[in-house]
Amino acid sequence: MGIGNIVFIILLIGASFLFAKNIRRLVRNINLGKDQKIDDRKGERWSLMARVALGQSKMVVRPIPGILHVLVYAGFVIINIEVLEIVIDGVLGTHRVFSFLGGFYDVLIGSFEVLALLVLVACVIFLIRREVLRIKRFWNKEMGGWPRTDATLILVMEILLMGAFLKMNATDQILAERGVGHYIVAGSYPISSMLRPFFEGMSDGTLVLLERSYWWFHIVGILAFLNYLPYSKHLHILLAFPNVWYSKLQPKTEIANMPRVTGEVRSMMDPSIPPPEPAAQNMVAGAEVPDRFGAKDIFDLSWKSLMDAYSCTECGRCTSECPANLTGKLLSPRKIMMDTRDRVAEVGRVIDAKGKWEDDGNSLHSRITDEELWACTTCNACTEACPVNIDPVNIIVEMRRYLVMEESKTRPALTSMFNNVENNGAPWAFGPDKRMEWTEG
Amino acid sequence: MAELTIRTMAEFAAAGEVPEVLFWVGCAGSFDDRAKKITKAFVRILNAANVKFAILGQEESCTGDPARRAGNEFLFQMQALQNITVLNGYGIKRIVSACPHCFNIIKNEYPALGGNYEVMHHTQFINALLKEGRIKIEGGDFKGKRITFHDPCYLGRGNGEYEAPREVLLKLDAALVEMKRSKAKGLCCGAGGAQMFKEAEPGNKEVNVERSEEALGTEPNIIAAGCPFCNTMLTDGVKHFNKEGEVVVKDVAELIAEAGEL
Repeated sequence: MGIGNIVFIILLIGASFLFAKNIRRLVRNINLGKDQKIDDRKGERWSLMARVALGQSKMVVRPIPGILHVLVYAGFVIINIEVLEIVIDGVLGTHRVFSFLGGFYDVLIGSFEVLALLVLVACVIFLIRREVLRIKRFWNKEMGGWPRTDATLILVMEILLMGAFLKMNATDQILAERGVGHYIVAGSYPISSMLRPFFEGMSDGTLVLLERSYWWFHIVGILAFLNYLPYSKHLHILLAFPNVWYSKLQPKTEIANMPRVTGEVRSMMDPSIPPPEPAAQNMVAGAEVPDRFGAKDIFDLSWKSLMDAYSCTECGRCTSECPANLTGKLLSPRKIMMDTRDRVAEVGRVIDAKGKWEDDGNSLHSRITDEELWACTTCNACTEACPVNIDPVNIIVEMRRYLVMEESKTRPALTSMFNNVENNGAPWAFGPDKRMEWTEG
Repeated sequence: MAELTIRTMAEFAAAGEVPEVLFWVGCAGSFDDRAKKITKAFVRILNAANVKFAILGQEESCTGDPARRAGNEFLFQMQALQNITVLNGYGIKRIVSACPHCFNIIKNEYPALGGNYEVMHHTQFINALLKEGRIKIEGGDFKGKRITFHDPCYLGRGNGEYEAPREVLLKLDAALVEMKRSKAKGLCCGAGGAQMFKEAEPGNKEVNVERSEEALGTEPNIIAAGCPFCNTMLTDGVKHFNKEGEVVVKDVAELIAEAGEL
């Protein structure tokens, strides 16, 4: 075992350890949300996940980005078989350990190469769409700063990784043909063979150095990328699957009931029914969180909404179909998800630093304004558009509930509507005595 | 035009009779002058088909939809529980409504509060009447007319019903032209989520103008709606473009009632 293997093993263990830690933190953060039992209709959930997450059915509603995305996705999944070989080679000090597969190995390597090229091309097109064509949904207000850098980093990283993979194969095959060291003739190289002219004039030593550099860059890049995921919108590659499994299966425009309110209203309507017991204090991350009506902060949202937030890859299909956003209103469903995620992360950092949650004086409402909340028509264009079934409307409704029921903050016209419904049983100032007037004449 | 036959649930109960279906008129259908015409058109269809239907009359109250969507869960539940008490008291099993918001909330949200009914949107009900042959209409006046249908969010995307209104409209022998954003991708009229009852938040365009522009882009003679609120929003939108002389906004029920000369 050489020094290379030892370095590799240390890197691999370090990256896996860090990744496990990141995932534990992510799970803890998602669980800062309220309990919600989602385990019904399992068959339907598996089939939904197969269609929407695995099958990308909502991605291809927009064919151009959809098909390009399918390429990158297929490339990502399939090229992981190659990563497995790289990991085994790295640990054992072997070279192309799967090459004993013979003809099948040729097919594998050949298809990885084709996929790598397709991924590379797709990522270049994605960059062009963002930075040259400047497609509107990538340039909304919330897309400055980190979100834009994040998107660029991911695409550039993928282009570099695929480039390194192809160049590694190009140098590898020259070395193998020259019979240098342990390099063996195996695999077929439909794409990288085209790169050979760049390398053929080089000495064996230079080529070995290059081949090893590409190999190391490829695997270190992947390990680094793995640990970049939890800080990035790219986390969707993992969360898309559970997020779709836990989708809302009810009709889109159905709003969930608040059982505690039912208890209070029943008691109000019938004095013989005692009011419900005050809800017990929730202990979340070592701190008491009061049971509120609606959502002031992330603790008041279902854990599913927090998973939604972490699953968002900021594609902006929701915002590009939102009637409020299309007509210049402040509301952007994507921003609702980004703000929720950023707030969860902020709370998580407080817990990491102090060992438990301590009120930092902020809340979801510090990020999401009333003006955004009141612009929503609950039309569900956003939930329909989302390729991974994220539900921004639920967060908006929960936050409205908090504004109205805990803070008595609403729009003046809505206050009149409430009064009318309460006094007349209609949202307008017409009493029940006028309800049958339409039948006359 | 024949006199409308309308009986309340109280009258049915007093006579010891059970209606085939309860027509949930809704607040818009009861109070809004434009929507009242839709209500009457639907009643004419029900009468023509000899459907034994009841209304709640003064016992009907707001479903609580705008209250719940605006965050006032207490008010919503007070309305809902009160309505459910009335409905269950009469033993109501089937409900039809010409308002997708009433339809959605009674169908999907009342069950959690003890109200379980078979609920239909009026376009579904009319479609069934046509299929069963209980009413017959001929395209006649609509032949060659261009109709575009605006999907109400609470019927279409919300409850997955895109076909019933279209199947009904196809009976008119007219040309049904689709907007680019239709069915699952249909654009909201701007009224949902209690927006109907408030000023729009600041922006650079009204949602109903955006939608009406798209509808007018199909060069229709008629914009068909299936919701009293969409109807108001689109009518205003058509006026915004000074097209009210050329293009009319009509509910599916009104078109069927006209075609059948009911």
